[in-house]
Amino acid sequence: MSDKIIKLAVMAVGGQGGGVLTNWIEAMARAANYAVQATSVAGVAQRTGATIYYVEMAPMAERMPVFSLAPAAGDVDILIAAEMMETGRAILRGFVTPDRTTLIASSHRALAVSEKATPGDGIANADEVRAAAEIAAQNLILLDMEQIAVGVGSVISASLFGALAASGSLPFERSAFEDAIRASGKSTGPSLAAFAAGFDAAKAPTGEASVPQAEPIAQEVRGGAKLLAGWNALVGEAQDLPESMREMALSGLRKVVDFQDLKYGRVYLDHVRTILTLDNPAKDHVLTREAAKYIANAMAYDDLIRVADLKSRANRFARVRTEMNVTDDNVMHITEFMHPGAGEIVGLLPARLGKNIENSPRWMDRIGRMFGKSRRMRSDTIPAFAQLYFLGGLRRWRLRTHRHAIETAHLAAWLDTAKSFLPDQYDLAVEVIRSRRLVKGYSDTHARGKSKFDQVLQGIALVSGRDDAADWAHRLREAALQDEKGAALDGALETIRSFS
Amino acid sequence: MAERSFKAEVEHLRLGDGDTFTGEGILAITKALLECGVGYVGGYQGAPISHLMDVLADAQDLLGELGVRFEANASEAAAAAMLAASVHYPIRGAVTFKGPVGVNVASDALANLSSSGVNGGALVILGEDYGEGSSIMQERSHAFAMKSQFWLMDPRPNLPSIRRSVEQGFELSEASNTPVMLMVRIRSCHVTGSFETRDNKPPKLSVKDALANPRRDFSRVILPPMSYIHEQDKVNKRWPAAEKFIVENKLNEQFGPQKAPVGIVVQGGMYNNVIRGLQRLGLANSFGDTEVPIYVLNVTYPLIIDEFLAFTQGKDALLVVEEGQPEFIEQNLGSMLNRAGSSTKLHGKDMLPMAGEYSGQIVLDGLTAFLRKAAPDLLPGQVRAPNADSVEIPDLSKTVPIRPPGFCTGCPERPIFAALKLVEQELGQHQIAGDIGCHLFGSLPPFEIGGSTMGYGLGPASNAAFDGGGEKRAISILGDGGFWHNGLSSSIGNMVFNNSDSVAIIVDNFYSAATGGQDVLSSRADNVSKSTGHPISDALKGVGVKWIRQIDHTYDVTKMRDVFREALTTDYDGPKIIVASSECMLNKQRREKPLRAVAVQQGRRVDVPRFGVDSDVCTGDHACIRLSGCPSLSLKRLDDPLRDDPVASIDQTCVGCGNCGEVADAAVLCPSFYRADVVHNPGGLERWWAGVRTSFITSLQARRQRRRLEFPEVSG
Repeated sequence: MSDKIIKLAVMAVGGQGGGVLTNWIEAMARAANYAVQATSVAGVAQRTGATIYYVEMAPMAERMPVFSLAPAAGDVDILIAAEMMETGRAILRGFVTPDRTTLIASSHRALAVSEKATPGDGIANADEVRAAAEIAAQNLILLDMEQIAVGVGSVISASLFGALAASGSLPFERSAFEDAIRASGKSTGPSLAAFAAGFDAAKAPTGEASVPQAEPIAQEVRGGAKLLAGWNALVGEAQDLPESMREMALSGLRKVVDFQDLKYGRVYLDHVRTILTLDNPAKDHVLTREAAKYIANAMAYDDLIRVADLKSRANRFARVRTEMNVTDDNVMHITEFMHPGAGEIVGLLPARLGKNIENSPRWMDRIGRMFGKSRRMRSDTIPAFAQLYFLGGLRRWRLRTHRHAIETAHLAAWLDTAKSFLPDQYDLAVEVIRSRRLVKGYSDTHARGKSKFDQVLQGIALVSGRDDAADWAHRLREAALQDEKGAALDGALETIRSFS
Repeated sequence: MAERSFKAEVEHLRLGDGDTFTGEGILAITKALLECGVGYVGGYQGAPISHLMDVLADAQDLLGELGVRFEANASEAAAAAMLAASVHYPIRGAVTFKGPVGVNVASDALANLSSSGVNGGALVILGEDYGEGSSIMQERSHAFAMKSQFWLMDPRPNLPSIRRSVEQGFELSEASNTPVMLMVRIRSCHVTGSFETRDNKPPKLSVKDALANPRRDFSRVILPPMSYIHEQDKVNKRWPAAEKFIVENKLNEQFGPQKAPVGIVVQGGMYNNVIRGLQRLGLANSFGDTEVPIYVLNVTYPLIIDEFLAFTQGKDALLVVEEGQPEFIEQNLGSMLNRAGSSTKLHGKDMLPMAGEYSGQIVLDGLTAFLRKAAPDLLPGQVRAPNADSVEIPDLSKTVPIRPPGFCTGCPERPIFAALKLVEQELGQHQIAGDIGCHLFGSLPPFEIGGSTMGYGLGPASNAAFDGGGEKRAISILGDGGFWHNGLSSSIGNMVFNNSDSVAIIVDNFYSAATGGQDVLSSRADNVSKSTGHPISDALKGVGVKWIRQIDHTYDVTKMRDVFREALTTDYDGPKIIVASSECMLNKQRREKPLRAVAVQQGRRVDVPRFGVDSDVCTGDHACIRLSGCPSLSLKRLDDPLRDDPVASIDQTCVGCGNCGEVADAAVLCPSFYRADVVHNPGGLERWWAGVRTSFITSLQARRQRRRLEFPEVSG
C-alpha cells in the first residue's frame, strides 16, 4: 500500500515565528489542492521554550487521508529547524534520517539559559551538531538563516521558507510559495525579500554559501609622530620573539599600551621575555605564549579609570550609535549604570593611604556609604561626561594607586608560583599561568574570582610533584568555571585532598 | 485583551448550510456548539483550550445575536457549577477547561451535577493536557467519569469527527440525563482541517426565557433520600439509556475486515497514531483502509459490553491502545472477556508502556510487538527479520542543552525574582512555595526559587504548616490569576484567620498571563463586557490584611529587594503581603509597539529605550545572566585572542525594560550596561541642545586622542 503523505516538521524556539511559517506552508498546500493538516502545541511552550509544528499533506483525493498529529522518529520527510541546537534536538529525537529527510536548518545560535549562565564558556558545541547533520540528513541546507533574514529587515521564518522552496522537497513552484506570503497579507515586502535571500543562499553552491571568513585583524594604530615612533620600537622588539607567540605578544602589547602607555608596554615585554628565558623550545614555547596572553590581561586590570576611559572614547560613542541604529534625525541619550564598591574607590588612592584605609573596616564602611552609591550617569550630558573624562584622565596617576600596588604584587606572586615549577614541571607551570583566567569581574564578582584563583593555586600546591599534576590543575580550573558558587571546585578540591 | 485575537476567524462561525469551514479544532468546536443550539457557554482558560475561551470572547457579538449567554467563569468549579442551568431547564449548555487539573477543581460541582442529572444537554469540553507540551502533572481525567458516572467521549482527532461528537455529546447527555465530557488532546485543539457547516441555531429555550419561567424539582436536590435514589437512577436508568444511545447511533466505530485473527481496540484520540503505525507496517493505506480490524472507542466511558464482545468474535488476540495510567479500559475489557468466558487473549500494557504519551514510534513498537506475538504472518519480512544495516548517527544527548520555557524578554516578573535572589544572598535561603502561573518559571535556572506547587491559588496555603513563623519566615508566591481563581479565600483568608507570620508575594501582571493574557478582576484595561479595575490591595484590605506593600514598578530591583527584606525582618507577626504590579510585557508590547510606530511616522516625539553592553568593559563572568535569563541578553565571542570567555551582549529584541541596569546596580555587578534612549522626531530646542553637548564632548575626546595612541580594534 502506497504512502504518498508528505510529512514536514518545524522545530523552533518560541517567538521565532514557527507558526507563521507553518501557516504559509499550509496555505500554499491548500491553494495547490492538497489535503493538508497542521498542528502545534500552544500554551506555555511558546514562552521561549522549544516548540514543534507539524504538517502533513497529500494530493486531494475522493477521501481524506488519515493524518498523524505529531512527527514520529524515522518518519519525517522534511525537517525545518530554526536554530542550531534545535537542529541537534531534531536529530536527537530521530526526526532526521538518512533514508528520507531533507534537513533545512539555521546555523545561528539562540543560547539556552544553561549555556549563558556558566561563569566560563558554556556554549554548546555547534560543530558536533553540524557533523551529525551531515550524516543524518539525506539532503542538507545548513546556513545562518537568521542573518540572511535580518540582513533584509525581516525574520527567520521567511528565509527558511525561501530555503524550503529552493530545496525542491515540496512539489510546488517558487511562485506558489510567494503567493502564500502575499496571501497572508502581513509585512509581505520584507518577507518576500527574506524569502528571496533564503532561496538564493540555499541555491548557491555549498562553498560560496559558507560563512565568510573573518577579516584579519587590522593592525591599525593612530597617534602623533613621537608616539608612533615609540610604538614602532616596541613592535620591533616584539618581532624578535619566536614566531609561535609573536601574534599573541603583539595583541598583548596593544592591550597594555592602550590601557596605560608605551612605558607600560615595555614592562609587559620585559615580563614576557623573562618567561621566555625560562621556557623550553622543545615545548614550542607554550609557556611564553600563554604568559603573553595572561600577563596582558593581568596588567590591564579593570579599574574605575579604565572603565571611565573606555566609556568616554569617541569610538565607543560611534559604536553605540551604530548598534542602536541612530540616524542624524535622532537624538541619543546614554545612561550608564555605575555602582563602584568601596574597594574600587579606595583603589584610586595613593598606595600607602589606600592600604591603611583598606585595613580599617570602619573607614571602608564610611567610604562605601559616602562614595559607593549607585550612579546613573547620563554620559551624553556635559557634567556627567566631564566626570568620566576626568576619571579616565587619572591614567597618569594610576601607577601610584593602591590598586596598582595590589595588582603588581599579585602578578609577581603568580608568576613566581609558575616559575617555581620550572623546569621540571613545565606543564604544571603552564596551568598556573592559565589559572589567571579565573580573575575577572568587578566588586564581589572580582573578589569571588580571586578567591577561586587562590583555591586553584592551593590545589595545585597539593598535587605538585605528581605526574598528573597538570591534568589536575586543568580540571580544577574547568571546575571553577562551571558554577558561580564554586560547588564543582569544592568537589574537585575535596577529591585532591583525599589522596594528597 | 487576550494574547491572540480571533476576530477575523470568528467570522467563519457565521457560515451556513452547505458551506465549508476551514480552520482550527477550537473553532470547529465553537461552530458545532452554535449549530447545536447551545443556550449558554463558559469556562476557564488553561492550555490547551485557552484559545477556546478566547474564541468565545471574540465571538460575543454573534453569541448575543443568537441569544447565547457567555460567561468567563472565575474558575473551573464555577464553570462546572454553571451547568446547573441544564438540571431543571431543557437548555443545552457547554463549558470548557483543561484536564485533569481543571477537573480536579471542578470535581465538586461535577459530582453534584452528575448526581442530580440533567434535563438539557450538558457538555464539558475538556482539553486533556497530557504528553509532550503539557505543563502539569501527568494524570488522566478518565477516573472522574468513572467515579461520578458521567460519560466520556474521546473522538478521532479530525475536525468532522470532533464536530460530530459535539452534537452526539448533547444528544447522549439528553438521552441519558447525564452530563458528558468531550475530551480533546493537546494537538487536537489546534489541528487544522475542514468540514461542511450547517446554519447556526438559536437555543430552543434561552436562559432569559428560563428566568421568566422558573422551575424547581425537589427530586433533583442532593439530600437524602433523593441522593440514594440518584445513585440507583444512575445505574438502573441513565447508564442503560446511554448504552442504548451509543449503540443505536453508532458512536463507536469499526474499521477493517470482519474476519481476522487479531483486532485492535483504541481510544478515538489514538486512532490516527494506530493507522500510521499500521501504514508503516504495510497493513494500512493512507486513507485508513486496514487489514487489521479496529474498534474505535469514541466513547471511552461507559464501555459497551455487547458491542465489544461482538468485535472479539473469532479473534484470537486483541491489543488495547490506551494512553496513560492506570489502564482503566483494558481492565474493564478484561473483566468483560472473563465473565463471558472468552478465550480471546487481551494485550495492552504488556506491549505498550504503562506511562507516558503514545507517540508515533511508541505505538509502532507496540503494534509490532503485538503482531509479532499474536499474528507474525501479517508482518512484512523486513520487520520480522530486519537487516541491521542502519547508519550510526552521532549521539547529541550530551551536546544539546534543554530549553524549558522561561520569562519573556522584558517580563516584569524577572526583577521580582532577581530581587528575591539578592535578598536570599543577604539573609540566607528561605522556605519558598510557588503557585501556578508564569512566575513558576522562577523555579528554573537561573533563579531556582521555589520548589513546590500545590495547585492554582494555593501557593500561600501550601506554606500553612510554617504559618507559626520561626527564625526565618516562609515565603509564598501567588499570581493575580491564581489570586482571583482561588487564592483570595483559600490562601489569603487562610493566612489572616490563622494569624500567619509568613510572607506572600502576589505577582500582579494585569492579566491571566500564562494562559494567554485574558483579563481578570484586577486587569487595568477596559473590557466592554467584563468588569475590571478592582485592585488586589483593596481585596486584601477587605479580608483583613493589615501589612500590605504595593509596588507599582517591579523593575526597581533595589526597592523590591528592600521591601522583601522589610517583610522578612519586620517585628509585625501577622500576614505580610506584597503586591508587585507591572504589566505583562508581551501584552504591553503588543499594544504599544504599533502605536509607537504610528507616532514616529506622524512626526511626534518618541523615546525608544534599549540596553547595550560595552563588550570591552564586560569581563565575561556572566553574573548578570545569573540574575536575569532574559532571552535578549545573550553572549557573543569576541575576535580577540586574549579573551577566553564570551561576553554579554544584548540583541535587537531588547524592549528596554531596565532589569539589566537595575540588577547591575542593585547587585553591584559591573558597569558594562548602558541604556540608550533614541529620540525620534526631537524638537528644535532639544536638537540644538544635543548639538551643544555633542560638540563639547567631541572636543574633549579629540583632545585626548591627540595625546595617546589609538588602537581601534582593541577598544572598538
